[in-house]
Amino acid sequence: MTTTPEDTTPPAHLVLTVEDLAVHVPTEHGLLRAVDGVSFEVRAGRTLGIVGESGSGKSLTAKSLLRLHPAAFRESGRVLLHGADGSGADGTDALDIMELRRDGPMIRAVRGRRIALIFQEPMTAFSPLHTIGDQIMEAILLHRTADRAEARDICLEWMLRVGIGDAQRRIDQYPHEFSGGMRQRAMIAMALSCEPEVLIADEPTTALDVTIQAQVLELMQELQAETGMAIVFITHDLAVVAGTCDEVAVMYLGRIVEQAPVRELFANPQHPYTRGLLRSIPRFGMGRDERLQAIEGTVPQAIDLPAMCSFRDRCGARIEGVCETAEPRLLELTDRHQVRCFLHDPDAPVPDQPVGSTESTASDPAHAPVVPEESPA
Amino acid sequence: MLTYILRRTLMMIPVVLVISVIVFWIIQLPPGDYVSSHVMELQKEGEQLSAAEQDALRERYGLDQPWYAQYLAWIWGILTRGDLGYSFAYSQPVLAVVERYMATTLIVAVASMVFTYVVAIPIGVYSAVKQYSVGDYVFTTVGFLGMATPNFLLAIILMYLSYIWFGNPMLGLQSPEYAAQGWSPARVLDMLRHLVIPVVVIGTASTCELIRVMRGQMLDEMTKQHVLTARAKGVKESTNLRKYSLRAALNPIVSTIGWSLTAIFTGSTITAIVLNLPTQGPVMLDALMAQDMYLAGAWLGFMAILTVIGTLISDILLAWLDPRIRDERRARA
Amino acid sequence: MSVISPALGRLRGRRASSLEAAAARRENYYAAGQWRLMWAKLSSHRLAQISMVLLAVLYACAVLAGFLAPYSLGSYDSDYVDAPPTMIRLFHEDRFVGPFVYGLSFERDPETLRPLFVADHEQIHRLEFFTQGSEWSFFGLFNSTLHLFGAEGGGRVFLFGTDSLGRDLFSRILMGSQVSLTIPLVGVAISFVLGILIGSIAGYFGGTVDFLIQRLIEILRSFPTLPLWMALAAAIPSRVPVITMFLYITVIMAFIEWTSLARVVRSKFISLKREDYVMAARVAGVRPLRIIGTHLVPGFLSYLVVAVTLAVPGMIIGETSLSFLGLGMQAPATSWGVLLQEAQDITNVAIYPWKLIPLGFVIITVLAFNFLGDGLRDAADPHK
Repeated sequence: MTTTPEDTTPPAHLVLTVEDLAVHVPTEHGLLRAVDGVSFEVRAGRTLGIVGESGSGKSLTAKSLLRLHPAAFRESGRVLLHGADGSGADGTDALDIMELRRDGPMIRAVRGRRIALIFQEPMTAFSPLHTIGDQIMEAILLHRTADRAEARDICLEWMLRVGIGDAQRRIDQYPHEFSGGMRQRAMIAMALSCEPEVLIADEPTTALDVTIQAQVLELMQELQAETGMAIVFITHDLAVVAGTCDEVAVMYLGRIVEQAPVRELFANPQHPYTRGLLRSIPRFGMGRDERLQAIEGTVPQAIDLPAMCSFRDRCGARIEGVCETAEPRLLELTDRHQVRCFLHDPDAPVPDQPVGSTESTASDPAHAPVVPEESPA
Repeated sequence: MLTYILRRTLMMIPVVLVISVIVFWIIQLPPGDYVSSHVMELQKEGEQLSAAEQDALRERYGLDQPWYAQYLAWIWGILTRGDLGYSFAYSQPVLAVVERYMATTLIVAVASMVFTYVVAIPIGVYSAVKQYSVGDYVFTTVGFLGMATPNFLLAIILMYLSYIWFGNPMLGLQSPEYAAQGWSPARVLDMLRHLVIPVVVIGTASTCELIRVMRGQMLDEMTKQHVLTARAKGVKESTNLRKYSLRAALNPIVSTIGWSLTAIFTGSTITAIVLNLPTQGPVMLDALMAQDMYLAGAWLGFMAILTVIGTLISDILLAWLDPRIRDERRARA
Repeated sequence: MSVISPALGRLRGRRASSLEAAAARRENYYAAGQWRLMWAKLSSHRLAQISMVLLAVLYACAVLAGFLAPYSLGSYDSDYVDAPPTMIRLFHEDRFVGPFVYGLSFERDPETLRPLFVADHEQIHRLEFFTQGSEWSFFGLFNSTLHLFGAEGGGRVFLFGTDSLGRDLFSRILMGSQVSLTIPLVGVAISFVLGILIGSIAGYFGGTVDFLIQRLIEILRSFPTLPLWMALAAAIPSRVPVITMFLYITVIMAFIEWTSLARVVRSKFISLKREDYVMAARVAGVRPLRIIGTHLVPGFLSYLVVAVTLAVPGMIIGETSLSFLGLGMQAPATSWGVLLQEAQDITNVAIYPWKLIPLGFVIITVLAFNFLGDGLRDAADPHK
C-alpha cells in the first residue's frame, strides 16, 4: 500500500496461495455453489482486494481461509500458507489449510497466530459479557505467552498502537462502553496482537461512518507498513479498494470474473460487470447532470445454475447465441490481468448475430491467445 | 446498584397492598362463610347449631362485618402484630399452621428446583451442540411429552408404576412407621425415597421447558458473531462453548431463578394434593373448600408476594450478570 | 496465477427460461399475502399438519359424540361395574362371523373375592351399525336414537371398559370431550377479546392509561395461575346449571390469560403506532377505534393467532386439573377431568388401569395444540 507495487520493485515473497477454492452449501433447494473455482495469491506487505455485491461469495471465501465453515459445507481446493520467508512458493513446503482437520490443533495454531480475521460488525464481534482486554488477551495467551501479566502488557501496547488512548482504563471496560470506531480499533488490536502474516479484513469499515472509516483504513495501512503483513481486503466498496489495495479481484456469483492490479483495473476494466461497478460509483469531475448508473437486476442464487455466463441476464454487452451456450473461461489478457468473459475469448462460439451489444469489445488480440490449463479436479 | 435495589423494593409496597386486597376479595367471594360451611359439616354428623349460636360465632370471628372492614382489620393485624388471622378449621393462628407446613413445602420445592437445573441444563446444552442428532430428537420428544402431561396426571402414572413395581405408591413424605419416631438415618433415607416421585413430578414440566429454553439459547448464542471471532482467534471449541456460548446462554436462566423457585413452589400445589404431601397444597385446598378464609388468603397472598419478590431477585441477578444492563440501571438510578 | 477453464457445459434448451421461472417464483413469493405465506409455510411443517388433522378429528368426534357413542350420558348398568374393555372379534372358533363381541359372565376371584368378568363364548353378539339405542340430543336442535354401532341381542360393547357405576367409558370420553375441548376455546375467545381491547387501549393511548393497565397486568400476573384458579373455582356456588358452571370456568380461565395477550398487543401496538401509514390515518382524522380496528389489529393478527393457539393447552390442563380436584365441572356434566377423578385412588387405577384412558386424550390434545402453535409460530415468523 505504501509503495507503488506495479513494476518497480521485485515482487515480494508469496504468503498465501489459493487454488481452485470451492465452497458448496447444501440447502433445502439444492446445492448452493457459493464459491466456485476461486484462485488468487497474496504477497507479503501487499493488499489484495476482493470486491463484489452481497451474495457474491466474498465473505465465504474469507472464512474458508481459516476453515471457519460448519462441517455441512463442502469445501475443496487448496489454501497454501507459505513459510515466513516465502519458502515453499512452489507449493512443496507450504501448509495446505484445506488438509487440516476442522477445529483440530493444527488449524487452531494458524488461526489468530498466522492468519487473523477482522469482521464487518464491530458491534457484535465482541462478547458483551467479557471485557475488551479479556478478549484481546485471549489470543495473546493462546499464541504468545502463558503469563497473564505479560499478555496484559502486550495488550496495552497494542491498544496504544491502534490509537486507543487511556488504555490502562479502557482495557477493563466492556464492549458497550466503546464507540463503533473504538471497537473496530480494538478488533484490529486483537487481530494484530499475535503479529499474523496474513490479515483478512472482511468489510472492516462498512459499519462505520465515513470519517472513522478513513481513520481505520489509514491505521491498517500504517500497521501493514510496520509489520509487513499481507492483507486480504474484502469489500463491496470500490472507492475503498482504490485507496488501499494493490491487486483487485472482482467476484460475481461465487466466481472471480476479473482480476488485475488496482490501477489497471480502474483504468482499463474489461468485464462488463466491473465496468458496471465502476460506473456506479461517483467520481470527481463528474458532470452535475451525469447520473450514476446502477447495474440492473439482482444477484441470482447460485443454485442449479445452467452452464452459461452467470452475469448474462444483467449484462448490457451480451452476445446472443454465445453467452448462454457455455460458461466463459478465465482468460489472461496480460500476465497480471485476467477476465472471465466471451468478449475476450477468441475461441468463443460463433454468435448467430451480435445483438444488443452496446459496448465496444475492447479485447486486444495481442493479449488474447490463451492456453487453458487442465483443471485440477 | 444499591439505590436500584432500594428503589425497586419501595416500588413493591403498593403492588403488595393491591395484591392483598385482591386476595381478600377472592377468598370472601364464595357464598356463605366458614360458619355456614361449618354448620353444614355439623349437620352431616347430626348436630344442630341454632341461629343465635351461629350469629355469636360470626360476631366472634368478625364475619358479620362487610368484607372491606374485615379486610382492614386483617391487614391491620398483619402490619401491627404480624398476625395473619385465625384458622377456624385448625383452631390455631394461621401463622402456626403456615409454619408447620413451611419446612416440608420448601424442602420439596428446593429439591425439585435442583433436580430441574441439574437435569435440564446439561441436556439442553447437549441438544444444542448435537442439533438434529438422535439424542437431540429423543430429548426433544420426551420434553414435549413432559410438557404436555399435566403434573398431577404424571403423579398418578408414577404412583401407579411404583405401586406395580414396588407394591407401594409412595404416598406422603414418609412411611407411617417413622412418623412418630425421632430423626434417624433410616428415617432420612425413607424421606429421600419418598421425595423421588414428588420431585420428578413437580420438576418434569419445568425441566422440559428449561431444556427447550436452554437449547434455543445455546443455538442462538453459538451462532453469534463473537463466537466466530473467538474461533478465528484459535480458541478451542470446548473453551469457546463454555466461556462464550454457555455463559451467555445461562444468563437469562440464572436470572429467572428467583421467579422459577416461586413457579415451582406454586406449581406443586396440585401434585401435593394428589400425592398427599404434607405441604401447603392440600392445606390450601382444604382451606378453600371449607372457607377457612384467613388460612387460604395467607397462602394465596404468600405465593403472589413470593412471585413479586422472585421477580425482583431475577432483575437484580440480571443486572449483576450483564454489564450492559448494569450500566443502564446505574444511569437511571 | 493459474488459468482455470471449467469444462464447457453441455447445451441445454431450457436453461435461459429456468432462471426466469425461478425469478418469477420468487416474485410470487414476495407478493403473496401474509396469510397465504403462513399457510404455505405451515404446510411444510409435518407435525403441525398431523396435529391439525388430529384436532379436526377430535372436534368432529365431539360434535358427533351422541351418534358415535353407543350409550348416552346418563345410562349406567349396575351389572357391569368396573368391567374391562370389550374385545371386538372377527372369528369364532376359527370361523369368520364378522365383527362381534362375546357376552360377559360374572365370576369372583377365588382368592381376593374381587368381581371378575369373563368372556362367555356361548354368547355371540354381532355388532350392528346404524342401530337404534338410547335417545340423545344434538345440541338441543333435534333428538335421535340412531347410533353408529351397538351389539345385537342385549350384548354390551365397552370399548374402554366401564367405571365404578357401570357407565361406558368410551361414551363418557366422547361426551366429556364436548366440555373439555370447548372450554379452552371459549376461554381463549374471552381472553382474546379482553386482551385486544385492553392491550390496544394501553398501546394506543399510552401515558397514564398505559401505566395503570400495565400495573394491573403485572399484579394479576404475579398470582400463581393454578392456585388462583382454585380459589376462584371454590367460589362457584355448587348446584348451578351445567351451562352456568361452564361459563364460570371459562371466565376464570380467561381471568389471567388475557393479560399475556394484552401484553403482546400492547407492545405490537407501540411499534406499529410509529409506522407511517398509521400516522397518515391519524392525520387524516380517522377515529381512534377505527384506526385500531382497520389499521393496527390486522398488522399483528398472525402473532395473536399463535399466542392464542399456545394458550389453549394451558387451559385444557387447567380445566382438567380443576375438575379432577372436584372444583370444576360436576356431575351430571362430565369432562376428561371429571372422568379422571376415579383415577385419584391409586389402588383403583392399579386394578382397573383402563381408567387412565382419558389421560391419553388429554395428553394427545395438549400435544397437538402445542405442535400446531409451534408450527404457526414458525410460519408467522418473518425471519425464518
